[in-house]
Amino acid sequence: MGKHRTPARYSAAGLAWRGLRRKNWPRVWREPELKSAYDVVIIGGGIHGLATAYYLAANHGITNVAVVDKAYLGSGGSGRNTAIVRSNYLTPEGVAFYDRSLDLYNTMSTDLNINVMFSARGHMTLAHTDSALRTMNWRAEVNKLQSIDSSVIGPDEIKKLSPSLDTSPNTRYPILGALYHPPGGTIRHDAVVWGYARAADAHGVDLHQKTEVLDILCEGGDGPDGKGPGGKVTGVRTSRGDIHAPVVVNCTAGWASTIAAMAGVRLPITTHPLQAAVTEPVKTFLPTVIVSGSLHVYVSQTDRGELVFGASVDPVATYDMKGTLEFTEELAGHVLELMPGLSKMRLMRQWAGLCDMTPDYSPVMGPTPVDGFLVDVGWGTYGFKAGPVSGEQMAACVAHNATPELIAPFVLSRFTDGTLVGEKGAAAVGH
Amino acid sequence: MLLVPCPHCGPRNASDMSYGGEPHSRPDPNTTSPEEWRTYLYLRDNKSGWITENWYCSSGCRKHFKLERHTLTGELRNPPLPGNKTGGHK
Repeated sequence: MGKHRTPARYSAAGLAWRGLRRKNWPRVWREPELKSAYDVVIIGGGIHGLATAYYLAANHGITNVAVVDKAYLGSGGSGRNTAIVRSNYLTPEGVAFYDRSLDLYNTMSTDLNINVMFSARGHMTLAHTDSALRTMNWRAEVNKLQSIDSSVIGPDEIKKLSPSLDTSPNTRYPILGALYHPPGGTIRHDAVVWGYARAADAHGVDLHQKTEVLDILCEGGDGPDGKGPGGKVTGVRTSRGDIHAPVVVNCTAGWASTIAAMAGVRLPITTHPLQAAVTEPVKTFLPTVIVSGSLHVYVSQTDRGELVFGASVDPVATYDMKGTLEFTEELAGHVLELMPGLSKMRLMRQWAGLCDMTPDYSPVMGPTPVDGFLVDVGWGTYGFKAGPVSGEQMAACVAHNATPELIAPFVLSRFTDGTLVGEKGAAAVGH
Repeated sequence: MLLVPCPHCGPRNASDMSYGGEPHSRPDPNTTSPEEWRTYLYLRDNKSGWITENWYCSSGCRKHFKLERHTLTGELRNPPLPGNKTGGHK
């Protein structure tokens, strides 16, 4: 860690001092020259890419690392998600993985010296049918076995926790119960991006924004230009010049298949947009995160008072992120079924992000048939909550040149071996 | 939302249709290896650019047809013609 430098520490005293003296804040991260060679090149400057870079430097002392992004840091899914974290998944593999992520989020504010505004306000997944209630009970039992705070509660308790919900039996989709997960909550996603970027930069990692990857340079593979299975990576060609690197990590979302194709690797991914929307800010009234799989909606209230809504992915595979009227119409209908009192609320804006969906709702992580080309992709609708642990594990994967136990179930070869990890606890799955 | 030009029903909202995704040929189950079969089942090109994809007019004429669409911009070209499953350009 030769280039380690201490960034300006964020503290209340520092804020007062700078505020009173009207001193400018220093640049948070450098804008370095693009070097012609790095030990590791990470494609994608979102939470996953930046966390991988940070843990490579902080945990393994590998600091000759570049993170390249074709736009600005956090411009993709990292800044578009609805910032919900939880670990009450259904498969044991998923639970272990996301729980480690929640641990890292819990200590992130002190670890990275930036306030990520983690609000562990509790997370409720509503059940509207008997079969959904059965799945919730199943999930609660799997969670309890792995010491996750998770239980099924009835309509009375739901009403106590979130009085604005209509828990009466007279609705079209009556609320029969909910999976309640108290450690779940929301985090300010931009702060997570900035925290990892700042900490990685402080350890000497070079962050290159507005640097688009045009090609991945390979040799010895079966395909054209030495790409494809059996070959190895020698570097990347970017819009600012070639970089030599023995290890390239694909940490993109939305562009995962396009980047992987540059190395001759095919992925089990289709890209669907997921739309979200936010209302005007109102007084705080919603204390927990509310999710309804059957109604395809999730709601939380931000610290500013806006309600943030998300839904399931659009049915058509596309990279086109235009918003649709169908989405807002359907969303409004479903939200009003849950909380009729919101009928006078106005939506402020809507947006979309790209979700790389895999057939089993689990990510694709670790090595590929091309030596030195690693992937951390296929993050569907669950990439944000997994950011820290993915970074930590991918860094270990690069540093030790072996797949860590926690991500072993998610390797690409599971699709050719037939050992899929069916994660029915994912947000995009209706019950 | 995408306005899909059904060759029989005219332009219809994509929510009236079933999306079939990118076409890929099915290997013969009697002779294929498990690896080939799983490649067919799971691996996708997921191209960003012009693609030809399958659609099914599920709440209209109930016909399958192919559509050329640009996945980045949402543009369509060579709208399919009646009775021609492979698209109007051929």
